Amino acid sequence: MLSFTLNGLRFKNPLILASGILDESGETMLKVIEHGAGGVVTKSIGRKPREGYENPVIYELPYGLLNAIGLANPGIENYGEEIKVAKKGGVPVIGSVFGSTVEGFVYLAKKMEEYGADAVELNLSCPHAKGYGMEVGTDIALVEEIVEGVKKEISIPVWAKITPNTENLVKIAKAVEGADALVLINTVKAMAIDIEAGMPVLSNKFGGLSGPCIKPIGVRAVYEVYREVEKPIIGVGGITYGRDAIEYLMAGATALQVGTAVYLRGIEVFSLIAKEMEEWMEKHGYAHFTELIGLAQVR
Amino acid sequence: MYRVVEIEEVVTETPTIKTFFFRDNSEPQPGQFYMIWLPGVDEFPMSISYIGEIKGFTVKRVGAGTARMHQLQKGDKLWIRGPYGRGFRISQKKALFVGGGSGMATLAPLIDMMPGDVVIAARTRDELLFRKRFAGRKVYLATDDGSEGFKGFAHELVEKLLHQEDYEIIYTCGPELMMRKIIDIAISKGIDVQASLERLMKCGIGICDSCSINGYRVCVDGPVFFKDELVKMKDLGKYKRDKAGRRVPL
Ligand SMILES: Cc1cc2nc3c(=O)[nH]c(=O)nc-3n(C[C@H](O)[C@H](O)[C@H](O)COP(=O)(O)OP(=O)(O)OC[C@H]3O[C@@H](n4cnc5c(N)ncnc54)[C@H](O)[C@@H]3O)c2cc1C
Ligand SMILES: Cc1cc2nc3c(=O)[nH]c(=O)nc-3n(C[C@H](O)[C@H](O)[C@H](O)COP(=O)(O)O)c2cc1C
Ligand code: FES
Repeated sequence: MLSFTLNGLRFKNPLILASGILDESGETMLKVIEHGAGGVVTKSIGRKPREGYENPVIYELPYGLLNAIGLANPGIENYGEEIKVAKKGGVPVIGSVFGSTVEGFVYLAKKMEEYGADAVELNLSCPHAKGYGMEVGTDIALVEEIVEGVKKEISIPVWAKITPNTENLVKIAKAVEGADALVLINTVKAMAIDIEAGMPVLSNKFGGLSGPCIKPIGVRAVYEVYREVEKPIIGVGGITYGRDAIEYLMAGATALQVGTAVYLRGIEVFSLIAKEMEEWMEKHGYAHFTELIGLAQVR
Repeated sequence: MYRVVEIEEVVTETPTIKTFFFRDNSEPQPGQFYMIWLPGVDEFPMSISYIGEIKGFTVKRVGAGTARMHQLQKGDKLWIRGPYGRGFRISQKKALFVGGGSGMATLAPLIDMMPGDVVIAARTRDELLFRKRFAGRKVYLATDDGSEGFKGFAHELVEKLLHQEDYEIIYTCGPELMMRKIIDIAISKGIDVQASLERLMKCGIGICDSCSINGYRVCVDGPVFFKDELVKMKDLGKYKRDKAGRRVPL
């Protein structure tokens, strides 16, 4: 009911761990896999080790999370062992990378391939690190070059994760159509102020909003891009229950990623959502989840 | 979201440790922790050291954040979130509590709630924490420099005590190398053990992976771990993860 193949990779279910959540170390990714994830995306890895921002880097809200971890990561040269360990879980391991130039992305992607990653996800969309992610991700010519550059140099599938923090979502999606799949959305640029302290909570001031409150933004993004782009879309943003997963599928997603729900429902969230999807499909007479893809599109 | 609490009293426990008392209507278990934010300074994890209507954090000064906290006085505010994590599991077994340095802060509310003998260990006499807190039970002191009580490391005293009494469980919190040794002793003697671990914490809510040790998240799966989990932690006492997530020698 839930197994499928995407870009030649076999997934037991479409619920993939989103980048940046419990995926810095290989052993933690193994735990997530044990709890039912169909695949895992690593934390976004860069050229050099990065400590990230000072605490507070996370803020809990009644409707989601605000974070500015600041792309903390051990650096690509230290990451081979983590991939090797995560691969023991027997599901696809997708290496997420971030950079600021075509050469930078190519270098990182090649390393991920060498380490045994099953695919590479290009983080073109982190909203709170200067000179990376979103700043890169809204430069239409640059994202196109990055995707083309990486595609030429590696043979494993390339996923492009794009930012929702732009009016040019569809243009950017089209610019990265050379990728094997598009991942949307990353977090939504946001801020929270503690009124007792009279200052922004995050040490970086700005952060990225995730969780249930961004689901309508993600669903809209997937719906819009599905109409314009031929490549498969991986939907992410606020997927917490089976019904959220179904909603993204109906908007046009082929696969899904889950992040903040790990905090909301615990690490067992992957098997919980899978079960809820199956129950819903049984009740509504669907034999396989792929029947739902794009169902809500009004043509 | 943070709750703002007011400091009602500050007690100087040792030259480097102070307790901050406050009111808050959360209901923590011994071994659980909070994240304390000092706006514009830092946010860091702190165990609860007094449970009840008046609660306490007992804080050792180690870096910029805790140094700033040590300047706070009665009437100043703390921004807190929590309680977080899994605390100690109370058992009926004959217990020995072993606290090293500020680790005693984490163990103290548990000791208040159940019987057992106590080992308080520190580098030197002035740093022995809570030596007067546990009236009416056996309290053994140990100092590295021998300025008071047993001269030597906590685990050496524990080995000695295990020859005298049939303890069935050890509860411990303190420097990681001390806990590693005590866990090894417990394993070799077939005694039960629970340990409260400390790791670098960024989120405190189980999503960032910065506190993980061999696949266990200290912030939500712990900070208190049980024997069957501790035996699987190959990195305990050997490796930690730095702020960038690199696995580095302890
Ligand atoms: C679950 C949990 C519960 C805790 N409970 C308590 C408690 O009840 N009482 C208490 O005093 N502390 C406790 N700690 C430790 C406390 O969180 C740290 O001491 C604090 O974060 C240091 O912050 P800082 O800004 O002062 O130092 P930082 O600026 O972060 O660090 C300054 C220097 O101190 C070193 N350092 C940092 N943390 C520690 C540490 N834990 N031990 C030794 N050196 C360190 C750093 O390597 C650095 O060199 C707990 C930690 C955890 C994870
Ligand atoms: C704490 C945290 C860290 C994140 N780090 C990354 C990252 O390193 N790279 C990335 O592409 N996305 C990162 N994200 C974004 C998520 O992968 C995801 O796109 C977003 O959170 C929306 O999904 P969710 O609502 O299921 O969390 C992070 C999100 C959170 C909450
Ligand atoms: S501190 Fe973030 S997972 Fe534990």
